[in-house]
Amino acid sequence: MPMNFTHRDIISIKDFSKDEIEYILEYAKRMIPYANAEKHTTLLQQQILATLFFEPSTRTRLSFECAMHRLGGNVIGFADPSGTSLKKGESLADTIRMADSYSDAIVIRHPQEGAARLAAEFSDVPVLNAGDGAGQHPTQCLLDLFTILTEKKKIKGNNVVLLGDLKYGRTVHSLAYALALFKADLTFVSPETLKMPKEVINECKEFGVEPVSTTNLEKAIKDADVLYATRIQKERFPDAEEYNRVVGSYKVDNTLLQQAKEDLIVMHPLPRVVEINPEVDATAHALYFKQAFNGVPVRMALLSLILGGKKL
Amino acid sequence: MKELKVTPIKDGTVIDHITPGHALKVLRVLKIPESTSSVVSILMNVNGKKGKKDIVKIEHRELDPKELDKIALIAPKATINIIRDYEVVKKHIVEIPNEVVGITKCSNPTCISNAREPVESRFHVISKDPPRIRCYYCEREPEDIAEGII
Repeated sequence: MPMNFTHRDIISIKDFSKDEIEYILEYAKRMIPYANAEKHTTLLQQQILATLFFEPSTRTRLSFECAMHRLGGNVIGFADPSGTSLKKGESLADTIRMADSYSDAIVIRHPQEGAARLAAEFSDVPVLNAGDGAGQHPTQCLLDLFTILTEKKKIKGNNVVLLGDLKYGRTVHSLAYALALFKADLTFVSPETLKMPKEVINECKEFGVEPVSTTNLEKAIKDADVLYATRIQKERFPDAEEYNRVVGSYKVDNTLLQQAKEDLIVMHPLPRVVEINPEVDATAHALYFKQAFNGVPVRMALLSLILGGKKL
Repeated sequence: MKELKVTPIKDGTVIDHITPGHALKVLRVLKIPESTSSVVSILMNVNGKKGKKDIVKIEHRELDPKELDKIALIAPKATINIIRDYEVVKKHIVEIPNEVVGITKCSNPTCISNAREPVESRFHVISKDPPRIRCYYCEREPEDIAEGII
């Protein structure tokens, strides 16, 4: 059934129904030949995307910019707020009002939770959340779902192991919610001090999914269809000592993967530090670089849907 | 023999049916004693028709609607009686609104609503009994609503 996303803000995965997410993922599949430059389009010609990155980013920013260029549009913005009026004390609200008048859509990454929601209040053009502190990162969630869907042909029924920093990691919170919405089986593996917050577990239960929580990766890997590893993010820890105690708790390497199913896929939102040994890159399990590429077709689908271009 | 624990008040407000143990939180949200020099009486764990309850009596002060909303978040079953010359002239059963704006601040220190931005705090009420609210901006749920009351 056709759906209208024109002018819609993309702030939280929770703003979308299952049908809407499926629609976006299906549309993203049609973007792949444009994303890898087999085909070309000028769908968003004359349209301008403002990318406001108040926090460092590699993949998210580049893939948004790549997506806009592949659709024939233009990009303005900054990757580092140090050269902007924010250093002079300008409020986020005022920065957004300015970007709103210069562009047709705004992508924002900000260190404070709720920043994208606030930005959407002060903007007439649609706002896409590219990560707000330890909060939401809906486009990452969509590309993760897209990766599972394209590799496994379905999301429901897959046993997905979420590994690492499940307490502070923003991607795993949104992803756990979305996977539960799609009725995937969930296993949460983390150090005792970085367990998945209760409110996320309760949300999963509301969808009828009973996640299993454990500290034992060796055991969890045996039945996994998807292993989603995350970095233990130093920048999110309020206490350096707490970080030092848990960094390097888990390492995915070929010895561990010998115990896994042959068709297990290993995903990671990247950047990785020590969680995945580079020796895994050469195995058929390694999906994280393809996952990073998938950011382009998924973000192309979103931009094209919200900017109301004719469909490809 | 009936034992009179606290005498009736001549003018003011009686907050009845407060969740047992929450009377002191109600006082905190009303900023008592800082905001008033009136006589305030507190009864805790009083046996009522529907079980135990707390009661607060504030002399010479009538609560305004915004204060009622605040109380609703702390004591969702409370009733507010406005007393004039020993008579109940107004009775109000508190009701939690669907959205709470500018009443309680987000407990998340890195929520954008706590930054220097031109917005009021805003929460969706996700459960009325027991009261549970979720920040419109950062989507977090405060553990203790009373802590954040502005």
